[in-house]
Amino acid sequence: MSVTHDLSRDRGAIREPDDRPPVGRRRRRLSRRVPPVVWLLLLIPFLVETGWVFYPAFNSFQLSFTKWNGVGVAQPVGLRNYTDMLSDPIFATALRNNVFWVVGFGGLSVVAGLGLALALNKPRRGIGIYRSAIYLPMVFSLAVTGLFWRVMYQPDGPVNVVLAAIGINTKEHQWLADPNTALGAILVAAIWRQAGYIMVLYLAGLKGCDPALEEAAAVDGANKWQRFRYIVMPQLKNVNTVIFAVTVIDSLRTFDIVWAMTRGGPYNTTQLLSTYMYQVGFTLVNLGYGSALAVVIFLLAIAFIITYLARATRED
Amino acid sequence: MTATALVPATRRRRHGKDWAFHIVMSVVTLLWVTPLVFVAAVAVRSFDDISFNGLGTLPHSFTLDAFSTAWNEGNIAGALGNSIIVTVATVVSVLFLASLAAFALSRYPVPYGRAILLVMLAGNLLPPQILLIPVSQICELLGIYDTLFALVVVQVGFGLGFFTFVLYGFMRSLPVEMFEAAKIDGAGDLRIYATIVMPLCRPALAALAALESTWVFNDLLWALTVLRTDTKFPITAALLNLQGGYTSQWNVVAAGALIAAIPTTIVFFAFQKHFVSGLLVGVSK
Repeated sequence: MSVTHDLSRDRGAIREPDDRPPVGRRRRRLSRRVPPVVWLLLLIPFLVETGWVFYPAFNSFQLSFTKWNGVGVAQPVGLRNYTDMLSDPIFATALRNNVFWVVGFGGLSVVAGLGLALALNKPRRGIGIYRSAIYLPMVFSLAVTGLFWRVMYQPDGPVNVVLAAIGINTKEHQWLADPNTALGAILVAAIWRQAGYIMVLYLAGLKGCDPALEEAAAVDGANKWQRFRYIVMPQLKNVNTVIFAVTVIDSLRTFDIVWAMTRGGPYNTTQLLSTYMYQVGFTLVNLGYGSALAVVIFLLAIAFIITYLARATRED
Repeated sequence: MTATALVPATRRRRHGKDWAFHIVMSVVTLLWVTPLVFVAAVAVRSFDDISFNGLGTLPHSFTLDAFSTAWNEGNIAGALGNSIIVTVATVVSVLFLASLAAFALSRYPVPYGRAILLVMLAGNLLPPQILLIPVSQICELLGIYDTLFALVVVQVGFGLGFFTFVLYGFMRSLPVEMFEAAKIDGAGDLRIYATIVMPLCRPALAALAALESTWVFNDLLWALTVLRTDTKFPITAALLNLQGGYTSQWNVVAAGALIAAIPTTIVFFAFQKHFVSGLLVGVSK
């Protein structure tokens, strides 16, 4: 947080001299002081966000040093919640799963999204239909996506039927009830929804690439892969940064789809940090430990939040 | 001479490539819509058909019973109503409040304006998990826990930063001359906001409204955090209940999921351009 703040202050410091009007225009500038009514316009939204975002975030930090079940007074316990985590096997599982999730969800949706964007970049007949079909799942809620795929994964459902038809006999495999396949099965559903979003971002990035560069490279004898690797990819650097940050932030937030498909089961094997935090906080009503888990999620996300902020406010 | 000879050759080659491209992409596209088509096929089957022939076969029956079961007994009708109320109220409030903040920050030399803007945006990027427990406590304290109002307020607060940031960028791009002309004509600050800035922001507001309405409509986590009573649930949370209540009746679950998917699909196809441009905010610069 403090880094963000310093960053913006630095920018402010650099900007101010440029903004200062020449002496002759100073009077006009002075007349443009911020009128009270404008302060009010800014204050109302800012107070709403303070009350519902900044204060609660701060409060979570405070609660994370206590033991509390929501009734009576919270007992201060120092760092106990955090040390407890180290010996909590479910926390270890959730953390491991989250690493798997960041890599799997991030990696595969980026590969799929970039591949689709490259395939569907040049205008051709029918391309709108392909694009729409691929990014349609993006508008379904994660709860809907989860239910769709629960139906798909039923023992007598189409996934097993199709696999049997192509010679892989899965014997009515219970994809979501088997600890070995449950998280992977959820991952497939999540990527099905996410790939279209990543594709849209890359399509925008590719639109900003200079086609003349690629043509020049082609004339010089660069093959398709070389052109992609050395001409197109460097131009996508900014898009890559944003997608990287957005994907990691999204991965750490992932809750709905797991909740809709397995609720963290079987035997906590699909627990992510977010679902475990929800369960501890709202099912077990262990508010102190739940807050500590939330703080851990926040600390893991903060570097990527700053990356996104720095990118989003550049050239502005 | 050579040029005319070359043209048919390249055209033929391109046609050949087009062919391969369309075959590959048709397969990918079909694969992509398979879950949707399959769920639709399950939703129109009868329960007897599914239990007799299994889930993974082609339909042997056609009935809309599952839709009416989900709609009436499964309480999807009420949940859809709740979702629409919450979505409309949230989208209108968040865009209104964000436009106020963006107007102040973009058009007046507010001290530390950039820092304020960044802090507001940072609030939106926080993982919601860090807000859940205190937010539910605050709702209890204010006596609004388990009301749709709480769900609206929470989502307005959380969304504000992002929309302020986007509208700020848009308002800064408006020509300064307009404001100065209005000032010379004696228009006050509120008047400038209402009669000049807001009408000019209409395209940006449309894109953001399309985006935010799908986000709010699709939310599950906030609903689970501030609501307890089944009849107040929005459609996402109601769907999970439906799944619990009709465990083996996959046609009912499928019908419910399809009903929940329809509104966002309509928004998407009606505002496809707006929707995509909304998604690209902050990326394409």
